Amino acid sequence: MTDAPGTSWSRPSPRLWRMRQAELGLVALLVIALSMVLAASSPTAAIIVGAAALAVVASSTYFVRRRFRAWGYLEREDDLLVRRGVLVRRLSVVPYGRMQLVEVTAGVMERAFGLSTVKLHTAAAHSDARIPGLEPDESARLRDRLAALGEAKAAGL
Amino acid sequence: MTTPSSPHGRTWERLHPVSPLIRGARSAAGLVVLVVVSQVSSQNRSGSRLDIDAAIIGVIVVLGLVQWLVTRWWFDGVTLHVETGLLRRDSRTIPVARIQSIDLVQPLLAKVFGVAELRIRVAGTGKDERLAYLHLERATRLRASLLATHHGLDPATPEPGEYPLAVVPGSRLAASIALTGSTVVLLAFLIAIVATAAVSPKAGLAVGTAGFVYLLGLVTGIWRRFNTQYGFTVASAPDGIRVRRGLVGSVAETIPVRQVQAVRTIEPIAWQPLDWCRLEVDLAGIMKRERGSGSPSVTKTLLPVGSTELAAAIRSIVVADRGVVPTPPPRRAMLKAPLSYHNLAAGHDDVVAVATTGRLRRVTAWVPLEKVQSVRRVQGPVQRALGVATVHLDVAGRRVDASFKDRDVTEADRLVDDLTVLCRAARFTGTPPRGAAGA
Repeated sequence: MTDAPGTSWSRPSPRLWRMRQAELGLVALLVIALSMVLAASSPTAAIIVGAAALAVVASSTYFVRRRFRAWGYLEREDDLLVRRGVLVRRLSVVPYGRMQLVEVTAGVMERAFGLSTVKLHTAAAHSDARIPGLEPDESARLRDRLAALGEAKAAGL
Repeated sequence: MTTPSSPHGRTWERLHPVSPLIRGARSAAGLVVLVVVSQVSSQNRSGSRLDIDAAIIGVIVVLGLVQWLVTRWWFDGVTLHVETGLLRRDSRTIPVARIQSIDLVQPLLAKVFGVAELRIRVAGTGKDERLAYLHLERATRLRASLLATHHGLDPATPEPGEYPLAVVPGSRLAASIALTGSTVVLLAFLIAIVATAAVSPKAGLAVGTAGFVYLLGLVTGIWRRFNTQYGFTVASAPDGIRVRRGLVGSVAETIPVRQVQAVRTIEPIAWQPLDWCRLEVDLAGIMKRERGSGSPSVTKTLLPVGSTELAAAIRSIVVADRGVVPTPPPRRAMLKAPLSYHNLAAGHDDVVAVATTGRLRRVTAWVPLEKVQSVRRVQGPVQRALGVATVHLDVAGRRVDASFKDRDVTEADRLVDDLTVLCRAARFTGTPPRGAAGA
């Protein structure tokens, strides 16, 4: 929507989608394990509950896929654009000069898939922009670039 | 109270000698009440607990005295140094440039002794810096030199004269408080108690005791508003906006104009027929890095109640509004925001953005583009169906923003682009503080 010619949105690594699938798989396994436990007392109830839960997990794959595809970021000359969300669509414009802190985090799942999340902090609580599922090279590059730009264009409160 | 113990030619000063007494008084008063209550309630037991209570009071007094002995401060013309702590020495430096506001606070007891607490709010630190207590005259002088150096003047500059803007009469304050929600709730509650008591005294008593704590909270809340806002005086001075208020205790606040992040007027529904409003400003507060970003902003009242004209006059000192005409969102947005549509409006020029929101109470926010931290466009499912979107302008703070609610999609896209560019321009030109109070 705010595309200038010659710029294109970057996306998180495709491994993020695999990570989301793995997360859903883990949930599915948990559901199966629980219905096995339930099966000991009442097999029919276990089958119904298990099947329903698995159906929910399977269908949510679709939504998770769409959410994964909605993520995008664009480095412009003076600011960073981050867009996300399917149901509620959000676009944040964060000027480099307003960044106070660039944070790179990696949770358990992200570490297992060799990914990390870059977070930008400004003095405003709502403006926090977050880009998940970045490959190590990309997150390091982004972190260094943002930090350098933040310093170069810093503005006071 | 001045102790020229100068290790490096520094002139350290102590707090006023009555400080431990005043500071201890409140906790001591609480303890005395506790002692009396425990004595009365446990008459049949032995009085050995009295010794323990007396010992606790003694410890508090001694600790207060030690605290006073180890606390000292020094202002060198650029930085305020404060040292405190006996076992864990705590030495703090407050750069004058980062001062957000300075308050002179006098609780009742401090008034009696002619002392005052200096409360300095600094951007980017954990909490307010407090110098409690200084002699009133010394505190005023220190405030004057802190503010003078904050504006790049000589620290010896005397406190500049001020231009009075408004005084809020006590009767109007009382009327405004009577017209707020908590008073209505309180009255409804009292009527309910009386009504049930008329039917059955037992039930009335039960209702009364059940809601006693809540009732007490309501009454103290109403009293606190009256007490803190009584005698509200606003004045404009070259070093900032000055506010004086308070019934029992008194508070004098000085707010440097260029630290203001956003200005708001709030019009509760019951005030609207009278054309009254409240005027507030937001200052950048405390950075809490460990909890992510976003500094809880500090809100200061510039006018607890007053006519919209008066509020506009005071506002014009803080934020430049050269006649921005806010426009309402498209009529179809009524489907998404049926209760607040009548209040929604927003607009901007190249210096400031104005946005009105609110259901029962109308809240209008002015955000100088120079202070904007980020621009966000948010579109929920209902908004997408209606072809509208909301654009937020975030400024430093937790809840502070100007929201262009439910604008037409093409307008929202244009707003994101335009405001991004305008904010950048405003940041670099660094619009100087405006109006009479400009530095």
